[in-house]
Amino acid sequence: MQPITDGNALMKKNLLLIALSITVAAGVAFAEGDQREPRKLDWSFNGIFGTVDKQSAQRGFQVYKEVCSACHSLNRVAFRNLQDIGFTEAEVKALAASYQIADMNESGEAMQRPGKPSDYFVPPFPNEKAAAAANGGAAPPDLSLIIKARKDGANYVYSLMTGFGPAPADVKVGDGLYYNPYFPGSQLRMPPPLSDGRVTYADGTSASLDQESRDVVAFLQWAAEPEMEERKEMGIKVLIYLAIFTGFMYIAKRNVWRKLH
Amino acid sequence: MSQPSSPDSPAGATRRDFMILTASALGAVGAGAVAWPFINSMNPAADVLALSSIEVDLSPIKEGQTIKVQWRGMPIFIRNRTKNDIEDARKVNVSDLRDPQADDQRVKKGHEQWLVMIGVCTHLGCIPISGAGDYCAGDGGGWFCPCHGSQYDTAGRIRKGPAPRNLDVPEYSFLSDNRIKIG
Amino acid sequence: MAQKPPAQAPGIKGWIEYRLPIFSLIDNSLGSKYPCPRNLNYWWSFGSIAGLCLVMQILTGIFLAMHYTAHASMAFDSVENIMRDVNYGWLLRYSHAVGASMFFVVVYIHIFRGLYFGSYKAPRELLWWFGIVILLLMMATAFMGYVLPWGQMSFWGATVITNLFSAIPGVGESIVHLLWGGFSVDNPTLNRFYALHYLLPFVIVGVVIFHIWALHQHGSNNPLGINVKTPQDTIPFHPYYTMKDCVGFGVFFMIFAWFVFFAPNALGDPDNYIPANRMVTPPHIVPEWYFLPFYAILRSMPDIGIPFTNIVFVQSKLAGVIGMFGSILIFFVLPWIDRSNVRSATFRPITRILFWLFVIDCLVLGFVGSQPPEGSMLIIGRIALTWYFAHFVFLWYFSTREKTLPLPESISKAVLTANAAHH
Repeated sequence: MQPITDGNALMKKNLLLIALSITVAAGVAFAEGDQREPRKLDWSFNGIFGTVDKQSAQRGFQVYKEVCSACHSLNRVAFRNLQDIGFTEAEVKALAASYQIADMNESGEAMQRPGKPSDYFVPPFPNEKAAAAANGGAAPPDLSLIIKARKDGANYVYSLMTGFGPAPADVKVGDGLYYNPYFPGSQLRMPPPLSDGRVTYADGTSASLDQESRDVVAFLQWAAEPEMEERKEMGIKVLIYLAIFTGFMYIAKRNVWRKLH
Repeated sequence: MSQPSSPDSPAGATRRDFMILTASALGAVGAGAVAWPFINSMNPAADVLALSSIEVDLSPIKEGQTIKVQWRGMPIFIRNRTKNDIEDARKVNVSDLRDPQADDQRVKKGHEQWLVMIGVCTHLGCIPISGAGDYCAGDGGGWFCPCHGSQYDTAGRIRKGPAPRNLDVPEYSFLSDNRIKIG
Repeated sequence: MAQKPPAQAPGIKGWIEYRLPIFSLIDNSLGSKYPCPRNLNYWWSFGSIAGLCLVMQILTGIFLAMHYTAHASMAFDSVENIMRDVNYGWLLRYSHAVGASMFFVVVYIHIFRGLYFGSYKAPRELLWWFGIVILLLMMATAFMGYVLPWGQMSFWGATVITNLFSAIPGVGESIVHLLWGGFSVDNPTLNRFYALHYLLPFVIVGVVIFHIWALHQHGSNNPLGINVKTPQDTIPFHPYYTMKDCVGFGVFFMIFAWFVFFAPNALGDPDNYIPANRMVTPPHIVPEWYFLPFYAILRSMPDIGIPFTNIVFVQSKLAGVIGMFGSILIFFVLPWIDRSNVRSATFRPITRILFWLFVIDCLVLGFVGSQPPEGSMLIIGRIALTWYFAHFVFLWYFSTREKTLPLPESISKAVLTANAAHH
């Protein structure tokens, strides 16, 4: 006959294997969808004193502009924000002016005008539906927050960029998909975007796949958390102050309580 | 048993005072440091500041034409004044004005035909109508405020009606002969 | 009938005091005139730290509200505007998000302190009840607050939890549509959650006032669990416990600051940085960590029926809801479940073991809540859930039967003995 639940029946069978089950469960949690744990790099922005390498971020911006922006928007970043990673006001103005921004003229008709620093990066597609239609049904995600929107984001994006390769013999790769073990489900619609020499860096750095991937991660890290350096600097000052404050309060407390003994 | 630095002895009293003083100082520094971000968060945000100055291309504005642009949420009148406008403005006796200002004080040297003003009546804030009122020189200068009848001349100065001040001239500069930056 | 107030004292303080006795109120409740047991340890600081958290959340919340827009098409963007453009907006946002987690850590420790030392026992039952009400209000506030950024987890968490109400037989579906203001979680839901999220913290303030009022009727419990008998058992709240609480505040702020400045997203879910998409469900819908034990109970409850037959009285969905709320509501009857005359677990060896098993059980439930409810996780979840309720049965059974250790004569005697042992 049917037991009250599957669980009860199993429970009777597995009572002695509880401890083993816990370890197995932990393993199950990590191995889901066969997504490989990302490779861990020693980023300059790791740790409490971490900062974004501005040169690297500028190169990463070049990678975004020349490769990624064909499909991925960066809607939350304004041209003026680029001054944070070392571009001058004049460079930012010139860059903004090189983009055409949709606007309205005095008669209310839709028109295009050159960008200003206060404008935001122009998305490659007018809306999500168009983006999906142009990319086999899956809209390429906006990259402004991608580092925060994925677990261990920086390492994940780097691993994804460098992780493309031929599928193992026992894996069948679907039509229009590409194999990458770092992606959940191991297959994604994006072809490998980066490769050796894909861009020619303005500062002359040699553009290997590894270099391009590191640089684009630095750029995207800044794009996702522009406040990071200020936040960490403030954190150090705050914690030092609090340590002093707490220490002092503790001494004062002991002082006050000494009366009782 | 009273020890040398017990709370009730003179040495104890000064130590207690020191404690209270230091604690208060630490607390005040902390409180100030906490209060500042809250208060500053109410100041204009970065995206608002980014729009706090605008650049305007003057080349499409023909002589005798007045355009309106938006700056910091307010209308700005930019007029390419005619010779008549400028002559009429200069003829006026400055000491007769309610808000005495010579014409050349309201424009930039070398760019006297360009009049840039905040298009908000200095009475109670309505937007005056361009090219209207008793002081328009016939080719589109002068302004008339329909709310309470203030009249401004071809230099935007108050001549008749309840407004106390001339139309305000915002901070602006010429980046080139045909381009100004306001704010 | 009100007593005639004493004659007006000199100075500004006297003028105010004569008209509104605020200074004597402070003195008598927080100051040098409020007697407290002299043996309170640092576990007793968590109440005032919780109050601090409430004030912090309200302050950061109000300043965030100046920049937030509660409309489905603008909510996510307004939060990003706060993070990127508003001066110190990132600090306000992270403080509020981390602050919510800290509030729950502090309140959970505060509750477990009460469990261990028997603070729920007579005459503090009402005080305990106000506390449970505060916890329920906090949970409602936090749940609605999490929806406001309108990320993937906001949307789908709201969908899953509001869908629970459809388990109510008959009227369930109508109730859910009433809650949603529509046929799914959408803009009307967001708007009303915002209104209520802003309101409830002030309701919490009101209940906290009752909570403290009830506390002051009989004063604080203490680690020994024995009543205050003479003034020698007490010390004035100020300066002893004001100073001690300051130390507690300092340590709390250090932990809080660590998270805000160096690991602000450690307690959150990356999926909530993806704007809500009703066409795409995240692979794992998980609530914030402080809801995980309840989530585990919700998902672990089986169908209730007759074993070895197909007969089901209560579907597992409804059973889960009942189990989840039951796990909190049971605390209302705790003062009557625990029938021991001895308050503090310090003197109750069996209760002490039960307490720690309960703590471990809650941690296990928390872990289970973070994992998909399948296979061995489901089994562990059901064992932990069973133990959770069994704990109260055991407590009921053993509270009259255990051999308690001898209680000290008085608080002051116990403190003096301890001091003598030190010196």
